[in-house]
Amino acid sequence: MAEILVYVDHVDGAVRKPTLELLTLARRIGEPVAVALGNGAADTAAVLGEHGAVRVLTAEAAEFADYLVVPKVEALQAAYEAVSPAAVLVPSSAENKEIAARLAVRIGSGIITDAVDLEAGAEGPVATQSAFAASYTTKSRVSKGTPVITVKPNSAPVEAAPAAGAVEALAVTFSEKAHGTKVTSRTARESTGRPELTEAAIVVSGGRGVNGAENFAIIEALADSLGAAVGASRAAVDAGWYPHSNQVGQTGKSVSPQLYIAAGISGAIQHRAGMQTSKTIVAINKDAEAPIFDLVDYGVVGDLFDVVPVLTQEVQARKG
Amino acid sequence: MSLRIVVCVKYVPDATGDRKFADDLTVDREDVDGLLSELDEYAVEQALQIAEEADDAEVTVLTVGPEDARDALRKALSMGADKAVHVDDESIHGSDVMATSLVLAKAIEKTGYDLVIAGMASTDGTMGVLPAILAERLGVPQVTLLSEVKVEDGKVTGRRDGDTASEQLEASLPAVVSVTDQSGEARYPSFKGIMAAKKKPVEELELDDLGLDEGEVGLEGSWTAVDSADERPARTAGTIVKDEGEGGKQLAEFLASQKFI
Ligand SMILES: Cc1cc2nc3c(=O)[nH]c(=O)nc-3n(C[C@H](O)[C@H](O)[C@H](O)COP(=O)(O)OP(=O)(O)OC[C@H]3O[C@@H](n4cnc5c(N)ncnc54)[C@H](O)[C@@H]3O)c2cc1C
Ligand SMILES: Cc1cc2nc3c(=O)[nH]c(=O)nc-3n(C[C@H](O)[C@H](O)[C@H](O)COP(=O)(O)OP(=O)(O)OC[C@H]3O[C@@H](n4cnc5c(N)ncnc54)[C@H](O)[C@@H]3O)c2cc1C
Repeated sequence: MAEILVYVDHVDGAVRKPTLELLTLARRIGEPVAVALGNGAADTAAVLGEHGAVRVLTAEAAEFADYLVVPKVEALQAAYEAVSPAAVLVPSSAENKEIAARLAVRIGSGIITDAVDLEAGAEGPVATQSAFAASYTTKSRVSKGTPVITVKPNSAPVEAAPAAGAVEALAVTFSEKAHGTKVTSRTARESTGRPELTEAAIVVSGGRGVNGAENFAIIEALADSLGAAVGASRAAVDAGWYPHSNQVGQTGKSVSPQLYIAAGISGAIQHRAGMQTSKTIVAINKDAEAPIFDLVDYGVVGDLFDVVPVLTQEVQARKG
Repeated sequence: MSLRIVVCVKYVPDATGDRKFADDLTVDREDVDGLLSELDEYAVEQALQIAEEADDAEVTVLTVGPEDARDALRKALSMGADKAVHVDDESIHGSDVMATSLVLAKAIEKTGYDLVIAGMASTDGTMGVLPAILAERLGVPQVTLLSEVKVEDGKVTGRRDGDTASEQLEASLPAVVSVTDQSGEARYPSFKGIMAAKKKPVEELELDDLGLDEGEVGLEGSWTAVDSADERPARTAGTIVKDEGEGGKQLAEFLASQKFI
């Protein structure tokens, strides 16, 4: 069977969920071979094997952390040359998309970004994309070279599919280009203990209606009762009430959870661009005319300061 | 020595309008107003600020797009850019990111540059990869997705706020930079700026001028193909209740019925 290269997103060996989803999609079109780079790369093998990776190619080098993007491109290119895969799949994130795109140029292949589904087609993999703030669904394919496709989180279920997951060291030599952009310092983001925004099954977001940084506590309380991630509109972020890393929308994170709850958010097109593919959408807004209500499965016209605390209490009571 | 800055700006259909695909599955530009991609205003702004800090700098705005794309250039010129380059050639219609980036790279090389600045993503294709591809094609460092940028002594430095960490980056010029909407509000064109823009030069280029062949661009020269584009059925109208004291409870009821709690 054709081999499919799957780029692994991991933090010090802990594989992030979108990579496991990607293995599900990869198995639809071939046999997954995973590529894990950087600190803890080999530690990823067990979980990747459980989810269908036949082989896990690993490389560790200081370059991956010390220089931006290009060292990873060169390692992925080395893996590509070693495997000659039928496709290269990469979990979408800002950096991963850049890695995928530069690889595509180097191997003379077309690229599709932010696919939300993938299936085998007569002329290679067919990707579903969501366009214009999810008002269109398109089907595309790569017509030249080996398809390079990045896939959005929450696009496929995580499925166990035991495979060998045999670790093999990948030989990489870096070119001068790899040292072009130095990372002179790095400050890790503090973990909140909540699920990662893009990966969460439930997201609770607050907007301008939350009216103050301190009031985000009620959004967080609801999120915690549901085991959800916390999001924010750009208005809330620009006002300094919540960190930019939690912004949902065109210039923030794109989320696609099972449940999205918007509190005090009007539903501007740029916000919708980042959440409109959510399975179930709920809004709480005191303005019955707010555009967000056009999208909802369930909406409450009311003051979020009344509705949210009651909801949180109810959730806690029901969960016992 | 003068600092040559080229800013890539895209002409896009207005996101607040009714965006559609045309019959050939490219973006319909007939029925919806176009404008300078709002995220590219941030790129123009940073270019102008870098130019203001430099002893001697020139800011050229560059677009690949149809005739109307001149509007995007005019806007950037009225913000304060010095001159513009417009690559307009019928055969470019329908280009994917590989074809578009090829045209841009050739135009940038022809114009001459020390620094290329782009937006973080267009507001229509929203791929967010074009700047990285340009760096690859031009063979210069990429210093992308910056929320802060500075150019000094032949070096560009900046802050990149990633998924798990915030990074401080550094590269030597020439380089390709992209900036996010966190980099600082873009200025509004002044009346004086708008008047001055009318007199600023706009260079028109076609494929021939760039040494490119028709077969390398457009639907034909693209490395991806769109097979279908379907409008999403409007979401079926949901239940909307007015909170008269029971809103929170009713919502909890709904969430329970959907097995979220
Ligand atoms: C290029 C560009 C990129 C952008 N990117 C993004 C992005 O990534 N994400 C994003 O979110 N936005 C983005 N925006 C901004 C976007 O256009 C909107 O301005 C923003 O989403 C508005 O945020 P909001 O809904 O919180 O605020 P508003 O539009 O002001 O809405 C606040 C809502 O809260 C309601 N409300 C007020 N008080 C209460 C209360 N007590 N109880 C209940 N409801 C209440 C109001 O009725 C109103 O509907 C972008 C804009 C541009 C131009
Ligand atoms: C809905 C949709 C989906 C698409 N999906 C794909 C896909 O999966 N694969 C593919 O190969 N192509 C795709 N395209 C085509 C692609 O958008 C265009 O080729 C485009 O010019 C480059 O990508 P982008 O606009 O997404 O750029 P981005 O990478 O999002 O843009 C970043 C920056 O590059 C600069 N830039 C981009 N285009 C131009 C331009 N024409 N002139 C000047 N500067 C520019 C701007 O500074 C911009 O801010 C898609 C187009 C649409 C409308």
